[in-house]
Amino acid sequence: MRILVCVKRVPAPGSRINVTPDSLNVDTNHLGFTTSPHEECAVEEAAQIVEQHGGGVTVLTVGPSEAEEQLRYAASVGATAFVLVSNDTGIDWDPQQTADAIIESIAELEADQGQFDLILFGNESADSGGHQVGIRVAVALGRPAVNGIKGIEVGVQGVTARREVDGGYEVYSLEIPAVLGVKEGINLPRYPTMKGRLASKKAEISARETQVAPGAQQRRRLHQPEETVIETEILGTSSDAAPKIVDLLEELGVL
Amino acid sequence: MAGVYVVVEHDQGQLAPSAGEALTAARRLSDHLNEPVIAVVIGEATTEFVSLCEEHGIPKAVSVLDPQIVDYGPELWGQAMAELFSLTEARVVMATGTDRGNEILAQASARAQIPFVANCINAEFSGAWELTRMQWGGSLLEDVTLDTSSLFISYAHHSVEAEPLAAASATQIESIEMNLDPVLCRSLVQDRVTLSEGTTLSTAAVVVSGGRGVGSAEGFASLEALAGLLSGKVGCSRAVTNNGWRSHADQVGQTGTRIAPDIYIACGISGAIQHWVGAMASKNILAINTDPEANMVTKAGYAVIADLHEVVPAIIAEIERRRGNSTST
Repeated sequence: MRILVCVKRVPAPGSRINVTPDSLNVDTNHLGFTTSPHEECAVEEAAQIVEQHGGGVTVLTVGPSEAEEQLRYAASVGATAFVLVSNDTGIDWDPQQTADAIIESIAELEADQGQFDLILFGNESADSGGHQVGIRVAVALGRPAVNGIKGIEVGVQGVTARREVDGGYEVYSLEIPAVLGVKEGINLPRYPTMKGRLASKKAEISARETQVAPGAQQRRRLHQPEETVIETEILGTSSDAAPKIVDLLEELGVL
Repeated sequence: MAGVYVVVEHDQGQLAPSAGEALTAARRLSDHLNEPVIAVVIGEATTEFVSLCEEHGIPKAVSVLDPQIVDYGPELWGQAMAELFSLTEARVVMATGTDRGNEILAQASARAQIPFVANCINAEFSGAWELTRMQWGGSLLEDVTLDTSSLFISYAHHSVEAEPLAAASATQIESIEMNLDPVLCRSLVQDRVTLSEGTTLSTAAVVVSGGRGVGSAEGFASLEALAGLLSGKVGCSRAVTNNGWRSHADQVGQTGTRIAPDIYIACGISGAIQHWVGAMASKNILAINTDPEANMVTKAGYAVIADLHEVVPAIIAEIERRRGNSTST
């Protein structure tokens, strides 16, 4: 299997997300960065499939040059080839622009090395959450796409994918090549091993430049949602609070 | 170009819980734009669908028909909405931002080559579109503008409360027959597997969750017992799933399940953004935590500043004591 996984570098916030003075970006001065969680699981899934069925995992990201860090991390957990499509404008491209940049890169990668059997995306990115880049890519490539995937089995003809729904799952049976939007929970991503760390240092990153057409969607401002200030009622500071808690449960009619 | 076309989500004819939300948001946008709202069902218009439209005073609904639409399929449904968009010259195509809602609109907008803005909480048009949408699962908002006339929009799930009208009025149903490309049947649902009947984490009236503070997989036994007494479900934070203490299906949060119970009992959970956005739609929150400064505590309506390992068994004992009393009297 030849698998492409598209990932995004995102900040790793704690309990509050602050914005820059111009209100156009998240203030990342005191934040680390990570791979968007759904996509971290997509890389793990691809690595597991290739371990079972052979092949290779190419990881592609669109972002600033610092996104090399996320590609090197992918190298430490089993990915074998790496593409960084630079966007050094300091602000994310809109979903269509991002999709266009990926579509162009896929066309070149496939012309050089052959078709990808599977292209994995995260269901949505942790930060902007546009819910569409993978689907726009799939539609442009004319390939089937299903989002919300929490299980993939590779068969002779294609793949069986499980999509989580309330109380169970739906089963999709897709011929390859196919595009899947993966959700966290499909697996528990591995930690890098010593061997992985070495692979990460040696990984060769192919850098790509691209020109994208002006985007339709313009970001004007990032801001905090209006917070309703909550007066927390402290019911107690020990297990003696139990009667008050049960009173509350009775009051709410859940007992 | 005119009309607000709203996708009413259903699974094999059964309306999604978000269906009323979608119609309410569509009515508001239609009032703002001064253009009619048209409810859309992909497949047959069931009596349940028609009554919902009538309760919301929707004058016109469209049933999109094609013999190939035997079940949900993102590509087939997306293509159907894209074709409906061109056929009707719709101004707006919208849905609630559920997994399916966002997927249908992403498919449809890509096929129609129109921008799609997901998880909005407000949309206005005055020469250009001005929208406010959720980032980071709702912990941050983004104002965006688009210089286009037509647009695909999803409204963030739970951001609009369903508000049927006081008096229902008749809805006229128009059927539109399509001739969709058969190749798109490749991504129809093939099978369904039910893992749990009845209440689930996302629909439970009571959720008892544990975080890192629970300390182990075994530590969840008392939370299970409490949830059992309250006919609720057990949830957990991402730290818990990452430690392998519980299955990811129990995870409440941005990358897990969004819950909206009558009461959320959060035990030993610090309340990082990842978790908070999954829990913030809860009607009441009781935080049990040793740290009075924890985000979960400061955002909760009720809190107990103590060790969950002592408090949870005490709650169980108190409930059993009261139940014992009431059965003996």
